[in-house]
Amino acid sequence: MTKQHANWSPYDNNGGSCVAIAGSDYCVIAADTRMSTGYNILTRDYSKISHLAEKCVMASSGFQADVKALQKVLSARHLTYQHQHNKQMSCPAMAQLLSNTLYYKRFFPYYSFNVLGGLDSEGKGCVFTYDAVGSYERVGYSSQGSGSTLIMPFLDNQLKSPSPLLLPAQDAVTPLSETEAVDLVKTVFASATERDIYTGDKVEIVILNASGIHRDFMDLRKD
Amino acid sequence: MFRNQYDTDVTTWSPAGRLFQVEYAMEAVKQGSAAIGLRSKTHVVLACVNKANSELSSHQKKIFKVDDHIGVAIAGLTADGRVLSRYMRSECINYNYTYESPLPVGRLVVQLADKAQVCTQRSWKRPYGVGLLVAGLDESGAHLYYNCPSGNYFEYQAFAIGSRSQAAKTYLERKFNNFTASSREDLIKDALIATRESLQGEKLRSSVCTIAVVGVGEPFHILDQETVQQLIDTFEIVREEETAPAEPEAAAEQDAATDQASGADQGGAGNQGGADQGGSPMDI
Repeated sequence: MTKQHANWSPYDNNGGSCVAIAGSDYCVIAADTRMSTGYNILTRDYSKISHLAEKCVMASSGFQADVKALQKVLSARHLTYQHQHNKQMSCPAMAQLLSNTLYYKRFFPYYSFNVLGGLDSEGKGCVFTYDAVGSYERVGYSSQGSGSTLIMPFLDNQLKSPSPLLLPAQDAVTPLSETEAVDLVKTVFASATERDIYTGDKVEIVILNASGIHRDFMDLRKD
Repeated sequence: MFRNQYDTDVTTWSPAGRLFQVEYAMEAVKQGSAAIGLRSKTHVVLACVNKANSELSSHQKKIFKVDDHIGVAIAGLTADGRVLSRYMRSECINYNYTYESPLPVGRLVVQLADKAQVCTQRSWKRPYGVGLLVAGLDESGAHLYYNCPSGNYFEYQAFAIGSRSQAAKTYLERKFNNFTASSREDLIKDALIATRESLQGEKLRSSVCTIAVVGVGEPFHILDQETVQQLIDTFEIVREEETAPAEPEAAAEQDAATDQASGADQGGAGNQGGADQGGSPMDI
């Protein structure tokens, strides 16, 4: 007799794509604003981006209910940190906290694919990329979500340190300027929107630099 | 006469129907350095006397931010106060997590009071030895509460606790009728004057006191030392000119204020304020 399986799943995938690129003194974090379920669209105007700390922004795709819960937990933990240390959490500290929070639910995970972007303690851009249970790595750029299979190879082509492509390359922060990086993000989302049905409507672009945080939107194809 | 027989346990009543351990805990509050609170319709100000044990040490933290809309000043066993502040912060965070809105001040003080009451009815515990002045803002307006070690709490227009608080209370009793309509600046000034009363003769400097404000559109925050010193200087100048036009002294104070102020504008404003009050005619 084969094992009985549940006829109900606690998870759902609301789709969407996230991207983050680290620069020498800035960080760009972007995510589309479409929220779907199955072949339907729930809303065209949902933000997947959360401003966790002064210099730390998280974009998450996957199951948005879990994403919301995760954002709230991190936000509450950050408040406690501020009370105890009298300062904001740094981006690397938040990165570790996110990893621990995800692993805490190792046996009933947050269905959330995250990419954390911000400025490290030296003011340089940093990006951290995660899987659903907290395995993470600091990188120069990353993408997650339904469009990541389309986006990541393109980012590798544009941003991975060129010489030598063959050896394990340490992708450092990109030498691109802030405007060039934002243009790259817009290009990447426009392309992903063409072929990924779950990506589209609008892309929300957040730029973190020494002068603070700046938010921008760009329209994408709505089909 | 029979105090000593019935005061060992918090769970032992005296024949007169008193719990001496609880009353001793309230004594601990009176031994702590003064903490003062005042409230208007839109703002609440907390002030406390912060004296270091010796010149070598830093002074104890007596005012804690609990949330953007709530802060607390303590008097008594500061360690107990720290623990209770941590509890209050945690409650605010949890409420916000569940209801996505700020915890109403009245709810928080009830929870705090219930927590204090538990310690008056357990043989293995002792009462908290700290009095808390809870200042906060919520939908029903500005609030100032006083939480006792006994588990009682009261709402006040203005109050002072700790050692030599009676002097501050006397001042507040004279002035409290005007507080509801007070501006933010006047409220802070009254808090500083009340603090000075508690110092009883000692010079009021920003190094011996701490001021914190919460108000409509203004999250709870502790004012930094320079700001407090400037506020003290502003009203000290006014006070000196009102009492006796001792021009050399006033001149010296005004020069000091100008040196300390960030620009000529501030010094000029201070001088003009002095001239308006009918004090010494200073030429800038």
